[in-house]
Amino acid sequence: MNVFAFDALNVFLLACLVVTAIAIARLRGLFAVAMLSGIYSLLSASVFVLLDAVDVAFTEAAVGAGMTTVLFLATFGLTRSRENAASHERRLPALLVSVACGAVLLFALSDLPPFGAADTPVQTHPIAERYVETTHDEVGIPNMVTTLLASYRGFDTLGEVMVVFTAGIAVLMLLGRCSRERAEDDH
Amino acid sequence: MMFAAAMVAVAITMSLALARALLGPSVYDRILALNVFGTKTVLFIAVAGFLFGRPEFLDIGLVYALINFIGTVAVLKLMHYGELGWIDGAGEHDDL
Repeated sequence: MNVFAFDALNVFLLACLVVTAIAIARLRGLFAVAMLSGIYSLLSASVFVLLDAVDVAFTEAAVGAGMTTVLFLATFGLTRSRENAASHERRLPALLVSVACGAVLLFALSDLPPFGAADTPVQTHPIAERYVETTHDEVGIPNMVTTLLASYRGFDTLGEVMVVFTAGIAVLMLLGRCSRERAEDDH
Repeated sequence: MMFAAAMVAVAITMSLALARALLGPSVYDRILALNVFGTKTVLFIAVAGFLFGRPEFLDIGLVYALINFIGTVAVLKLMHYGELGWIDGAGEHDDL
């Protein structure tokens, strides 16, 4: 029963993802596209929750559905919110590139272990057992994922935070210049 | 069984909200569809947690509800003012 429900839910969510993706590709009004990309993020977050990757799902929902939608709409305030239809000469190369990318990804997919396989290196490597046994004594944070990210992989996470911080400063510099120029035009 | 029935109902509502977001026609239909879809995601996570024996997912659903609310307020504010309240020189719109 539960396995059937799990499969049925996955099929339902992935079908919704495909429908949303096709609609995003076909629509020309970018406001609707921003809304649909928010829905796309929520759908993928649901898939991640079903796959027990709740931290990834949470990031996807916060960044994809929350932040990115707002950023898209803020951009429409500065530009226009309608997309020009691509010319016919450009469509064929674009189609070829996306089909080639999809083929490469499908090819790579065939090399992955089956879902939930217990004999993959990730599961069998002794380091996992070491973390499970010692994180509580060594660090003392109840959540093991948080312990790994914030303590054992602390420098890695610090680097990620620096990348995000730098990107944020760059965006603020660009936007700040825009609004200063506009303010000077007004006076 | 009860959770399975609830899940089917949530899935149907998700499809209906998705259909509204696809069809439009007005901007507010789509905003409302996004908001409804966010709420359905919260319900989806909550029901899925109980359906698969992981009721602690309920906390995650609560945080999703907060994100959904803030997101909708931000989208509506952008629709109303056309921007998120950048400082536009004069400083006369302090309450933005």
